[in-house]
Order: sequence, then C-alpha cells, then structure tokens
Amino acid sequence: MTRILSLILAAALVIAASSLAAQTQSGLRGPTPLDTEGAAARMTPTRNTTEKEVRNYPEQPPLIPHAIEGYQVDLNGNKCLSCHARARTGESQAPMLSITHFMDRDGQFLASVSPRRFFCTQCHVPQHDVKAPVANDFTDIDTLLSRAPPGGRR
Amino acid sequence: MTATEVPAKARRGVIAFALELWDVLRRPSSVFGLGVLVLAGFVAGVIFWGAFNTALEVTNTEKFCTSCHEMRDNVFAELKSTVHFSNRSGVRATCPDCHVPHNWTDKIARKMQASKEVWGKIFGTIDTREKFLDHRLELALHEWARMKANDSLECRNCHGADSMDTTKQSPRASVAHQRFLFTGEKTCIDCHKGIAHKLPDMKGIPGWQ
Repeated sequence: MTRILSLILAAALVIAASSLAAQTQSGLRGPTPLDTEGAAARMTPTRNTTEKEVRNYPEQPPLIPHAIEGYQVDLNGNKCLSCHARARTGESQAPMLSITHFMDRDGQFLASVSPRRFFCTQCHVPQHDVKAPVANDFTDIDTLLSRAPPGGRR
Repeated sequence: MTATEVPAKARRGVIAFALELWDVLRRPSSVFGLGVLVLAGFVAGVIFWGAFNTALEVTNTEKFCTSCHEMRDNVFAELKSTVHFSNRSGVRATCPDCHVPHNWTDKIARKMQASKEVWGKIFGTIDTREKFLDHRLELALHEWARMKANDSLECRNCHGADSMDTTKQSPRASVAHQRFLFTGEKTCIDCHKGIAHKLPDMKGIPGWQ
C-alpha cells in the first residue's frame, strides 16, 4: 500500500516538475530557469527619424520618433521645448506641443506650458527597433469598427 | 631717528646698484666677444622659449585642469557621461580641446583671461558645489560668448561643415544643418548648448523656454 502511494507521489512530482519547466519555457524569461538570471537582451539603437508614429488609440501620448539621449529636462531648462514650444516651431518645423499642455488641473489655460506637463518623458517615450518578446493581439479600434455589418450603426 | 635712517640708506643702495647695472648694460662688453654674446643670447632665448612653451602646454592638459576639485567634481564629472567622453569609436575631447583656442595669439589671450581663474582658485570663488551652481550661469555665458564670437572655432577644430555627410545624419540633423549651419545663419553653439556639461537656468537664453 505504502509502495503504491509513494509511486503515485513520485509520478505526481515528476509531472509537476515537467509542467513547471514547461511554464518557464515561455514568456519574457525564455528558457531560463526561475532560480537563475538570464542573459540581458541586446541593446538596440533608438529609432531616429522625423516620421510620426501612428497612435494605437486616440488618447495615446504621441511617441517620440527620434533619439533624445542627453536631452536635459529639469528645473533649469527643457531641451524638448527648444523645438516643440509654440514660438520655436517656426525654426524647427517640429509639431507644437498640444494646447492641453497649457491647462492646469482646474482646466484653466495658462500662457505657457503648465508645470504639471513639463516633464515630457513621463508620457512621451522614444522607441527602439526590437522584436516583441511576447505575442500581442491588440486590435485597433478602426479595425473593430470596420467589422460592423454593412449598413449597421457606426 | 635711526628707524628712518636705515630704509633711507637701503634705498640709496638700491638706486646706486641699479645705476651701476645700467652702466654695465649700456657699455659694450670688454670681456666677451660679440659672437659669444650673440650665441649665448640665442641659446638663452631657445631655453626660455622652450620653458615657456612647455609650461604653457602643461597648463593645457586635462590632468592639470582636473587637479583642482572645482573642475574634477563638477564639470569633469558631468563630461564623463556625454558623447564627448564616451562613445563607440573611442575618440574623445579633453578640456583644452574645447576651452582653449588652438591658434597661438588666441591661446595667449585666453591664458591672460585665465589669470582671473587663478584669482578665483586662490579666493575660493567656486570651492563648494553650492558656490559653483551659483556661478554656473556666469561661467556658461563666458563660454557661449567666446564661441559665438569666434564662430564656434573650438567645435570646428574637429567638426568641419565641409566634411559633414548629411546623408549619414539623422533626418532632423540633416535638415537643421542644411538650413542653419551651411547657410551661416547660426553657429554650432547656438543650438548645441549643454552638450558636454549640465546647463544653468536657461530662462531668457535664446532658443530656450
């Protein structure tokens, strides 16, 4: 009786271990076991273009399509605004930061950038060309809308 | 009485010595030949000039600049994380590459200005981090003014507009250089402030918010 029990227990342990191993095979970790640290992913250069990236949804903060390495954004100054401030866009031909950035939290529009919207990289981020490590089935809203039956409500 | 007598006597002695020296100098030599004098003068000149230049070069090294904690702990520490210190090809700029003109007359002029910096060192004008931050705008304004006046000469010692391949630049850089640099409308420092060190308060500086 005890032998049968221990056999069952051993079999259960083997199955559990193999399923655990199978679990750690996927995801961001790759085949690295849970108790060790895998090799760091290779660093890639920042995407450095002037072309706007399409937003995935209307509220998405626009992505930064260019490199911003070494840009100082602090109490002393904001390098981003050297091009994106309203008065600077003539020379730079960069998109002006949205008027929403002039609004304080009470909805009042200020004459220039509101302090709470000063630190650009809180929302806007540059991009690297990397392969997505995990699959993503995000579907654009326009695609969803176009699936509506012909003649149906938009 | 005796107290005033001694300095008076000493002064007379100095004046007499100076007169005697002048007498010796203005008379032709009766001991050395003209050739010896000319040769000795030439050799002394070479030694003096060599020593002067060597001393000048010693003050033109990063080791000299960073031997003071004012430079080592503030501006040099900031330089280390920038592209002018660490980059893919390992070419780097040292302090004098950007802050001392390479041309001799300009260099001497800058070295004369630097006597003010010796004064600052002696009297501890920026000997703490707080004092340095208080003076940062003033120090930066000096450098910007110099670079603006000489058309960013120290940048151009390495970065020649003629050698820029705009097709290898990022689209932003390519457009900006063609519009503003190649036309002479702007010079390097107009846009590239704060590339090697942290910036002071930029309020009121053209191009900044």
